[in-house]
Amino acid sequence: MTMIETTYRDALRLALTETMRADENVIIMGEEVGRYGGAYGVTKGLIEEFGEDRVIDTPISEPAIIGSAVGAAMAGLRPVAELMYVDFIGMTMDQLANQAAKIRYMFGGQIGVPMVLRTQGGTGRSAGAQHSQSLEAYVMHTPGLRLAMPSTVEDAYHLLRQALMQPDPVVFIEHKGLYTMKGTLDTDAEPAAWGKARVMREGADLVIVSYSRQIHHALAAADTLASEDGIQAAVIDLRTLNPLDFDTIRPLVEQAGRAMVVSEGVMTSGVAAELAARITEECFDFLEDPVVRVAGEDIPISVSPLLEQNSVPTPELITEAVRMMLK
Amino acid sequence: MMNALNEAAVKNSNLADLYYQMRRVRTFEERVGELFVRGQSAGSMLHLSIGEESAAVGVCANMRDGDTFTTHHRGHGIFLARGADPARMMAEIAGKEAGYCHGKGGSMHIADMGLGHLGANAIVGGGIPAVVGAGLAARNRKTGGVSLAFFGDGATGQGILYESMNMAALWKLPVMFVCINNQYGMGTRIDQATANPRLHERAEAFGLAARTVDGLAVEDVADAAAELIAGARAGQPGFLVIDCYRFYGHARKDKSPYRDDIEEAEGRKKDPVLSARNKLISSGMMDESTLDRVDAEIATEMDATIDFSIAEKEPQLNSMFRDVYAPGEPEPEPVRARLERILARE
Repeated sequence: MTMIETTYRDALRLALTETMRADENVIIMGEEVGRYGGAYGVTKGLIEEFGEDRVIDTPISEPAIIGSAVGAAMAGLRPVAELMYVDFIGMTMDQLANQAAKIRYMFGGQIGVPMVLRTQGGTGRSAGAQHSQSLEAYVMHTPGLRLAMPSTVEDAYHLLRQALMQPDPVVFIEHKGLYTMKGTLDTDAEPAAWGKARVMREGADLVIVSYSRQIHHALAAADTLASEDGIQAAVIDLRTLNPLDFDTIRPLVEQAGRAMVVSEGVMTSGVAAELAARITEECFDFLEDPVVRVAGEDIPISVSPLLEQNSVPTPELITEAVRMMLK
Repeated sequence: MMNALNEAAVKNSNLADLYYQMRRVRTFEERVGELFVRGQSAGSMLHLSIGEESAAVGVCANMRDGDTFTTHHRGHGIFLARGADPARMMAEIAGKEAGYCHGKGGSMHIADMGLGHLGANAIVGGGIPAVVGAGLAARNRKTGGVSLAFFGDGATGQGILYESMNMAALWKLPVMFVCINNQYGMGTRIDQATANPRLHERAEAFGLAARTVDGLAVEDVADAAAELIAGARAGQPGFLVIDCYRFYGHARKDKSPYRDDIEEAEGRKKDPVLSARNKLISSGMMDESTLDRVDAEIATEMDATIDFSIAEKEPQLNSMFRDVYAPGEPEPEPVRARLERILARE
């Protein structure tokens, strides 16, 4: 057993390092991934170990970064293309949604595109409207793309290692607010299977379904509710949004009869909307209350820390929402 | 199929072979038009490369096993010149199970990994960056392969081309860009779309080896391609512009109202197939009756592709959910199945 105290950022780097050591076809390409070490430091030091042919600093050309990763994946490499901010995904959408996502299908199953698009999103650094978004719904709305969003140090490592074994393109969205988070990582532990959600907290009164950084807000809210209100909320971390593990959600919601979905992305037509619709359809006969969405406000993100923090769900808002539901 | 040609025992077998390949492309494209008229094509999104045969044939004559390529939406001729089976191509265009992509890709998304065809593309410029990645893979894996992007003059309006050219030149990749300048992006003539139609100058600005060649003479295209592909294989990426004229409309239904008859008549004089044929005759390399027999054999071969594609069966309906993800992964749940499940009440 190899237990290490590490951070979300270092766990990501460890996953990349180990995978690159084991498979010389794995390459990293993106803006500032080499000499600079990555905008958030995830790829620091990798160019020294693996060289410029495998850790490739690119021009500022997001469409061609993703597009060339598509071609490299088709021609036998396993590229990790880094998009510095998920906010830039619109630049790449043709290569991602029209090419990477559809190649296996359009070509009748002849070939897949085993690439990982690593990026990060979310609020927390006063980075403004174009560097703080949660755009996972764009990805989830496109069949053919897998989508992983780790919330813990363990998943930063294990989910990224698993993403690098997938036969299909994976969009891997980290949260910029989690990079310095500390945690214990057991690199030898059998990780939760790819595509399986994880019950982070048991609770009989309601089920909170969430992912990425909002897991921590949901857990904080659940602690407050337990100590101050005697309410027991279960918290499910989806880990991957595609595949989506409804089998873990269903029995818990049927048991509790109440469900809440928490997401940092804006509410309208978002991931929370999809999850709420599914829970309503699948668990209708068991529900005591409407399935509630606690999601990002339908507004852009401000630079002002006060406005920014209140644009997305806070532990306080989640706590209040549960109290309103159960009063 | 090469009987008549072999009998001719010509001294310049190269031009004869290039002619043969171009005639096959021309006849195939004519049959694609016929398939549509007979109501047997899957839709009308059919973009014929008649008038552009020298580009496909001249470049592909210089490709080797292990090379890869992507094409634009007007790519039938390129794939055929690279060795595709025209019957399976026609079946794909008809949306049949026997097609290259089992009827899921069609004319604009045809591909074949066996021949290094990384895919035709319905997004203008969409297939270009893939060759940068394929070139990168060839470099890292030391395969010796070159990767070529075929696209039209319309794609020179897309930013992705310039991003890709910059990367290929920066990293000295075995990559070549082939711009088939048929003078039109859909209904917009090149001089209505750019202030500088000397397209190879853009490539030079990026540090690529660039040339423009008149597509009327297929042997000139082949020579230019040979030089540039050899350079690309050695790490000097290239850019070849082939000037030609799109004989017919943008797609099968387009009657070209944006250009007049005089222009079209003039443009169609730039016929690379007829030009090669006349050259074979006038130089005494082949006589007219031999060429007539060659053409007739090709017509027979291509007629059979229509019969084949019509006779072949539709894909199975349940194949619809296959290949969204890799084999072994759960398939998406059909709407009807989901409804029956969630609305089932005891």
